[in-house]
Amino acid sequence: MNWMAVLSIFRFEMARFFRTIAQSFLAPVISTSLYFVVFGAAIGSRIQEVEGVSYAAFIVPGLIMLTVITQAISNASFGIYFPKFIGTFFELLSAPISFIEIVIGYVGAAAIKALIIGAIILCTAFFFVDFTIEHPIAMVAFLVLTTISFALFGFILGIWAGNFEQLQIVPLLIVTPLVFLGGSFYSINMLPPVWQTISMFNPVVYLISGFRWAFFGTADVPILTSLLAIGLFTAACLGVIWWIFRTGWRIRQ
Amino acid sequence: MSDIVRITDLQKSYKGGFQALKGVSLNIREGEILALLGPNGAGKTTLISTVCGITTPTSGSVSVGGHDIITDYRAARQMIGLVPQEINLEPFERVINTVRFSRGLFGKPSDDKAIEKVLRQLSLWDKKDSQIRELSGGMKRRVLIAKALAHDPRVLFLDEPTAGVDVELRKDMWEVVAGLKADGVTIILTTHYIEEAEAIADRVGVIASGELMLVEDKDTLMARMGQKELEVQLTEKISEIPESLRSDALRLSEDGGALIYTYDTKSERTGITSLLSKVAAAGLVLRDVVTRQSSLEEIFVTLVKEDAA
Repeated sequence: MNWMAVLSIFRFEMARFFRTIAQSFLAPVISTSLYFVVFGAAIGSRIQEVEGVSYAAFIVPGLIMLTVITQAISNASFGIYFPKFIGTFFELLSAPISFIEIVIGYVGAAAIKALIIGAIILCTAFFFVDFTIEHPIAMVAFLVLTTISFALFGFILGIWAGNFEQLQIVPLLIVTPLVFLGGSFYSINMLPPVWQTISMFNPVVYLISGFRWAFFGTADVPILTSLLAIGLFTAACLGVIWWIFRTGWRIRQ
Repeated sequence: MSDIVRITDLQKSYKGGFQALKGVSLNIREGEILALLGPNGAGKTTLISTVCGITTPTSGSVSVGGHDIITDYRAARQMIGLVPQEINLEPFERVINTVRFSRGLFGKPSDDKAIEKVLRQLSLWDKKDSQIRELSGGMKRRVLIAKALAHDPRVLFLDEPTAGVDVELRKDMWEVVAGLKADGVTIILTTHYIEEAEAIADRVGVIASGELMLVEDKDTLMARMGQKELEVQLTEKISEIPESLRSDALRLSEDGGALIYTYDTKSERTGITSLLSKVAAAGLVLRDVVTRQSSLEEIFVTLVKEDAA
């Protein structure tokens, strides 16, 4: 393993994060605060408790997931797409590194950035809402797994994208709706039976449900099902990445 | 000198059937500067990209320092530095950081002394904290070279380092290359300027349509390439060259309206003065005098013909 290369990629990516601090850091904090104000305080005050938790607290795990998933995808996809776009990708191809090191470097940096933002949102949430975390270790584990799996997904997206529009289109048309409809702002049990069944096909439901379980001890789906879902998603992403590098798809001529 | 790069029967076909390399074999000697000349689309960049790992070969083998570029790619690539044709750099990155990044990518621990040496060598030390976008085109090209040198490679590939660069910068670049050679780095550069090969190369290879036409010592090749023609146009056509003018270097144009004299631009005496006085003495009246040098394209055509013969 060329750990020095992994570290170099990681540092380089993190430097970009800190260089664009306002964009990568302030934007998610401000938008999440707005969610708390609008959904938590304004609308939430008219909603009774959901599954024994105040509505403002109920949306905290969903909001963190929403931001962390979007950030992990956008960081990883941009991180690997940008060198392709400006043409510095040749350096990665001609360096004595394997695809494993490239993936660890880019996905690791993207996941850490998303985790930092997730942690900041959690801290922000404490300013707006009163809540305790029942299973803190499980919460952290869930968060880490989610960021890694979605950073892997973002990496695939960045390799696939041929232009900036394609880079934006999957998060915009697929990921954001899935996350919003995945129970970020409501419990699946609040839906009519038909929509409950349809929701079960949304993978994000399992993530948010599992994450919420770590916070409040209640969940829409069993926690093991949640773990299995995220495990499968991670494995699928790893499989696709392995195939990409084996065949050189969109990478090597 | 031993061979540091060995390319054996290298072939590359792209999807759709285009064959960019048709079985290239080439050995590059340690410490030399090899210039690969060839028109656009000849396969120069494909050859370099394949050796450096950017393009996967269809067949054939390449070893660098005895390490196969596929089975032992880490050791092989460790020895190689690549300066691409296009200026591909992150515009907002600082010079020193991008060079550090390249060094790390090649597995070398961070070493400020080594980075400083490279930056000084390329006269970039003053610009080390500048953002790439603030630099001139020539400076950016230097940054590319600094990045390629950051891990102390033994072999440096320069893909058209002076394409679109003005004369002064080109000379600058030649000096940089000469300095690297003095440090013992083997340099392979592609170009379509004959003068460039002439100015800095030890050996010259000519590539056309994916084939290596020849590899020769520069001096030998330049003697063949450095020929120029002088066309002495006459006011009246003649049927044959007057006795007093006859020589191997002089021939009559097809229509008989001009004498064509071939001479070597590098020899001390071109023989032009004496030719012209002999022409006058023979009673021929000049209408015009034109000189022309064979273009690279023409030289390729000649080489291909010779190759086929």
